[in-house]
Amino acid sequence: MTGPVCEGGTVTVRVNGDVQQLPAGCSVTDVLGRLGCGTRGVAVAVNSVLVRRADWPVSMLSDGDQLEVLQAAPGG
Amino acid sequence: MTTTAPPSSGPAGAGRSAGPVRSGHAAAGGEGAAEPPVWPSDDPFVVAGEVVGPRLVLGTGGAPNMAELESAVVASGATLVTVALRRVAPGQGGSVIDVCDRAGARVLPNTAGCYTARDAVRTAQAAREAFETNWVKLEVIADDTTLLPDPVETLEAAARLVADGFFVFAYTNDDPVVAQRLAAAGCAAVMPLGAPIGSGLGVRNPHNISLIRELVEGPVVLDAGIGTASDAALAMELGCDAVLVASAVTRARRPAAMAAAMAHAVIAGRLAYRAGRIPKRYRALASTTSEGMPQL
Repeated sequence: MTGPVCEGGTVTVRVNGDVQQLPAGCSVTDVLGRLGCGTRGVAVAVNSVLVRRADWPVSMLSDGDQLEVLQAAPGG
Repeated sequence: MTTTAPPSSGPAGAGRSAGPVRSGHAAAGGEGAAEPPVWPSDDPFVVAGEVVGPRLVLGTGGAPNMAELESAVVASGATLVTVALRRVAPGQGGSVIDVCDRAGARVLPNTAGCYTARDAVRTAQAAREAFETNWVKLEVIADDTTLLPDPVETLEAAARLVADGFFVFAYTNDDPVVAQRLAAAGCAAVMPLGAPIGSGLGVRNPHNISLIRELVEGPVVLDAGIGTASDAALAMELGCDAVLVASAVTRARRPAAMAAAMAHAVIAGRLAYRAGRIPKRYRALASTTSEGMPQL
């Protein structure tokens, strides 16, 4: 996060294991918007570091970042 | 998930034709579905200084769909409901969080599927961020066949989570020693299993559950293994403060009806525990006096 973006105005990241190309300057909030999962009951870690909810809009993604986007699921 | 085909006859199927299940609240539990009982307000379930109220905690895993789950949550009357944290799945039908919101139930995140203290702690921390609660049901299992708790990893995770400000509901074996260790580590509640998760085998070692009740000062919640309402009643009669039920409800032929049954059973068991059962006797003891017998 917050590192230099790659050439061509995009960054290549992994979101829940899937490779995705995102526009440079993309934030965690932007990723959630693309996923359409909302924000309620959602947690995000970037490179295994939990990102606090308040920091989502200002956490910009860098090439090679690995995101885990988690949400509530039924469970005992 | 898969469901076992229901019998064509018997109590659950009596007078009910096979066919697609209903959806939505209006048909919760189908015909004959019971409303949740009124919980005795003078004897609420209290954890970490907070009043939970009903002594039935509902797990949300295993339901065939969200509509069935919502009907079951409503019918159970539960105000505390467990949820898991998983990767976002595109196109997922409905949110368990919405179900909890509409039912007015508080979310208790779990760490289901974790095998190490490290993973459980990280999952709990992510759940705290997701659900904005510092309550967590700690589950650290040893393998994927028995799903039995790993006591070493559970204890380590519990200590770390307590130090991090969590109120830990610790899923554990029916081992009184481990239960005491978890309580001593500062867990808000200890949750001994009755039998392996999803087995429906009931309370396999009632003696140990009684010992745990006797030796642990804080809340004891019977977790896992419940198969039907009488199992839940037994757990309460043994002195448990609450019962957590998931599969027994969500995988029942009629989840909402079973949820209501569990709610009644938990109340009955609690009332019986507080009432004080009679001692067991080897021989009979007549309840009717032999004095004044008619001499006919």
